[in-house]
Amino acid sequence: MTLLEQFQLWLGSIWPEWAAYITPAIIGVVVVLGFVLTTVIIFIYLERRLLGRFQIRTGPNRLGPEGIFQPIATALKVLLKEDIVPAKADKAVHWLAPVIVFAPILLIFAVVPFGKGAIFTDLNVGIVYVVAISSLSAVGIYMAGWASSNKYALIAALRAVAQMVSYELPVILSILGVVLMVGSLSMNQIVESQSIPFILLQPLGFVIFFLGTVAEMNRCPFDLLEADSEIVAGYHTEYSGMKFALFYLGEYGHAVAYSAIIATLFLGGWQGPLLPPIIWFLIKIVAVFCFIVWMRATLPRLRVDQLMAFAWKCLLPLAVINLFIIAAEVLWLPESMPWIMVVLNFAFAGVLILLWSKLFTLGGGRVEV
Amino acid sequence: MAIRTEPFILNMGPQHPSTHGVFRMRVTLDGEVVLDVEPVVGYLHRGIEKLAEGRTYTQNIPFTDRLDYLASMTNNLAYVLAVEKLAGIEVPERAEHLRIIMAEMMRIASHLMAVGFFLNDLGAMMTPVLYMWREREKLLDLFEMVCGQRLTYNYMRVGGVSHDIPEEFLPALRRFVAEMPGLIDEYDQFLAQNEIVLARSKGVGVLPEDLAINIAASGPVLRASGVQWDIRRGDPYSIYDRFDFDIPVGSAGDCYDRYWVRVQEMRQSVRILEQAIPQLPQGEVCAKVPQLLRPPVGEVYGRIEAPKGELGFYLVSDNSIAPYRFRIRPPTLINLTALRDMVIGWKVADLIITFGSIDVCLGEIDR
Amino acid sequence: MTIALNGEEVAKKITEVVPGSVAAADKMAVVVGSKSLYQVAEFLKSTSGLDFDYLNDLTAVDYLDYFEVVYHLTSLKHNHSLVLKTRCYEREKPIVSSVVSLWRAADFQEREVYDLMGITFEGHPNLKRLLLWEGFAGHPLRRDYL
Repeated sequence: MTLLEQFQLWLGSIWPEWAAYITPAIIGVVVVLGFVLTTVIIFIYLERRLLGRFQIRTGPNRLGPEGIFQPIATALKVLLKEDIVPAKADKAVHWLAPVIVFAPILLIFAVVPFGKGAIFTDLNVGIVYVVAISSLSAVGIYMAGWASSNKYALIAALRAVAQMVSYELPVILSILGVVLMVGSLSMNQIVESQSIPFILLQPLGFVIFFLGTVAEMNRCPFDLLEADSEIVAGYHTEYSGMKFALFYLGEYGHAVAYSAIIATLFLGGWQGPLLPPIIWFLIKIVAVFCFIVWMRATLPRLRVDQLMAFAWKCLLPLAVINLFIIAAEVLWLPESMPWIMVVLNFAFAGVLILLWSKLFTLGGGRVEV
Repeated sequence: MAIRTEPFILNMGPQHPSTHGVFRMRVTLDGEVVLDVEPVVGYLHRGIEKLAEGRTYTQNIPFTDRLDYLASMTNNLAYVLAVEKLAGIEVPERAEHLRIIMAEMMRIASHLMAVGFFLNDLGAMMTPVLYMWREREKLLDLFEMVCGQRLTYNYMRVGGVSHDIPEEFLPALRRFVAEMPGLIDEYDQFLAQNEIVLARSKGVGVLPEDLAINIAASGPVLRASGVQWDIRRGDPYSIYDRFDFDIPVGSAGDCYDRYWVRVQEMRQSVRILEQAIPQLPQGEVCAKVPQLLRPPVGEVYGRIEAPKGELGFYLVSDNSIAPYRFRIRPPTLINLTALRDMVIGWKVADLIITFGSIDVCLGEIDR
Repeated sequence: MTIALNGEEVAKKITEVVPGSVAAADKMAVVVGSKSLYQVAEFLKSTSGLDFDYLNDLTAVDYLDYFEVVYHLTSLKHNHSLVLKTRCYEREKPIVSSVVSLWRAADFQEREVYDLMGITFEGHPNLKRLLLWEGFAGHPLRRDYL
C-alpha cells in the first residue's frame, strides 16, 4: 500500500468520501510536480557546470554562489521573450506541440517509486505505462516539426519518427528481460525484487536499454533531432518564449525521467544501505544523468542512416538474444544461486558485444542520384 | 502504390551554425539525400580589391589581415612578399626568420581551428573546439607579445617586420614548442581512434586526385587527395629551402584524410619552429624602405602556402604610390569549387562535414 | 623551385600549332588574341612537355584602352609556370571564351571577373554574378567605376 493510499484511508475516516479522494491526489500531484520541476532546474545547472568542466571552462558562475541562480535567470529570460509564430505555421498544432511533448514526461513520474511506498500510484502495469506514455512525446515532436513550416524542422520531425520507432523495439525487449526475472510489471515490485541490482544480473540488457533510452531522449551521440550543426535547432527552430521553454524543460525532464527509469529498472531503485531511500534514489539518478552528460561532452554524432543501422542491425538482434538468454536462465537455473547468473551473463555480454563489434558495420554512404 | 515524392530546396545559411560565417548553400534535397548544391557567396564582400587601388602599398597591409582573419600573419606575409618581389627589396636575415616563425605559428593556430570546427561539425558539442582553443590561445598570447594584437596583426612590413620580438617571447615560444607535440599526439589519439569519427568521415566527401588538380585545389585539400604539392617545397619563398620538413600526403581524399593531413602539418610546423628558433640571428628587422614606395612599372604574382592553400597576390604597378591592380587569389573560394562534386548523393550531415573539412574562411572568400 | 618558362619560347611553340594567335610575347608572358584563346589553352594543357594542368589564378586588369585577362598556369608535373594573357579592346561588351571545360578552377574566378570587371566568358555553364547581387549596376573593379 502506498503512502498516498494510507493517507486517503485515514482521511476517509474523518472527511467525506469525495474530499478524501481528491485531496491526496492533489497533494500527490503537487509534490511530484514540485520534485520534477526542481530536479529539472537543478539538472540544467548541473549539466552546464559539468559541461564546463569537461570543456576546460568554468560554466555559469556569476549569479549567486557558484552560479546556482543561473537556471532561474535563464528561465526568466526565456519566459520573457517574445512568442514568435511563423506566418505560415499551422497555428493550433504549433501551439499544442510543446504541451504534448512536455505532458507525458510529467505523467511518467506517476509510477516512479521514490521510496518504499512513496509512489504516486502503484499501477500493476507500471512499466508498460511508462513505455506507452513516453512514446507520446514523439507525436509532439512530429507535430512541432510539421507545424513550424520550416524545412529544418520538417527534416527533424521525420528523423524523430524514424528514430523513436526504431529505438522503441530494443528498449522494450530489454525491459522484457527485467520483467521476466521479476514476474511483475509493477514498478514497486521491480525495485523490491532487486536484492542484486539488475545491472549485474543483466549487463547486456542494461547496455541496450541505456543506449536505446539515450536515443529516445535525443542525447548525444543520437541527438539528430536537434543536430545544431546540420539542421540548426531541429524541430524547435521556430519556437521561442514560453513554448521554447516547454521544449527545453521537456528535454531535461526526459533526461530526468529516463534516468529515474534506468535507476529503477537496473540500479535497484531506492534500495541501498544506510542512507534513506530517497537519497539513494537521487544519487542513482544523478549518476546516470552525469554519465549521459559525459557522453554528450565526448562523442560526435552519428549520421541518420548509421543511427538506423545501429538500432536495427546491432541493438535489436542483441536485445532478442538477451531475452532468450534471460528466459532460459529463469527457466532452468536454480533461483537460490543468483551469482552464477551474474558471472554467466557478464560472460555472455562480453562475448556478444565483442562479436557484434567485429561483425557489425555502420555501413551506408553514398546514394547514386 | 508508390508514394509520390519531390525534391525540395533548402537554403542553408547565411545564418546557420555550421557555415563558418555568412555563407549560403542552396541545397536541393531528396529527403536527406543531397541532389545539388550551389554555394552562394558575397555576404561579406567589402571590395578590398577596389579599396586597395586607392591606398599606398603600406596602407594595404591591414586589409590583408581582414582576408583570412584566422591566419592574418600569413596573409601579411604573402602580400609583403609580393610587393618585395615587385620592388626588388632585400629583407634582413632576422626578419626572414621572424616571418617564418610567425607563419608557422599561424599555420598551427589555423589548423587547430580547422580541426576543432571539423569535429564540431561532426556533432562533438564544442568540446574539441575548446581544447583546440586552449592551444590557440597560447599562440595568440605570443602574437600579442609581438605586435599587441590578437587577431589582426598588421605585423609584416615591406622590407621586414614592424617590431623586434620582446625578450620574453622566445622562452614562451620554446615552452610552447616543447609541449605541443605531446598535445597533438593526445588529441589525435582521442579523435582519430574514435569509432564515430571514423565511421562519419572515412570515405565521405571524396575528392579524386585528377579533379583536385583540375579545380586547382590547394593546401591540405589537394594534399589529402594524394598530390604531393606544397609551395614551401615546390616553389620555396622566403627561406623555407633551409628547413627540413615533410609534406604529409593523404591517399583517399576523403574528409578523414583532410583532417589527418592538417594534424600532420601541425607536427611539421612544430618541427620548423624547432629549427628556426636556434638559428634566429641578431640584427635589423626591417630594411630601409621609402615611406611612399613606388615600385617600377610591372606586375608580379606572389604566392605562398597559406594554411588553407595557395594564397596569391597579383599586383600591377604603374610606378605610382598605389597598386594599379590588387588581386587576391583566395584559396578557399577555389577549393569550394569541388564542394558540389564531393557531396552529391551523400546526406545533409555529410554535406556539413565535407564543407567543414575544406576549412573555409568567409573573409577570404568574399574579400 | 618553379621555373617560369620564357614567354617568347612558348610563343614560338604556340605559333606552330595555332598560327596567328600570339599577339605579343616577352620573357614574362604570352599575349594571345581573344579569338584563339581556347585553342591555345587547350594546346598548353594537353601538350606533353608543357602539361599546364593547374590554373593558379585567373583575373583581369582594366587598362582603360583594353581589358587584359590574365591566366597564371602551373604544371605540377614539370613544376614550371607560365603567364598567359589575352586582350579585349571592346569596352561595352567584352567577350572572352571560357576555359572552364579545361580547368574547372576557372569556374568561380570567371564568374568573379564577370561580376567585377564585366567581361563575358563565352561557354561558361553558369555565368552569374558571384560576389555582388543580381541587378547591381556597373562593374566595380573597372577603373572608370567611381
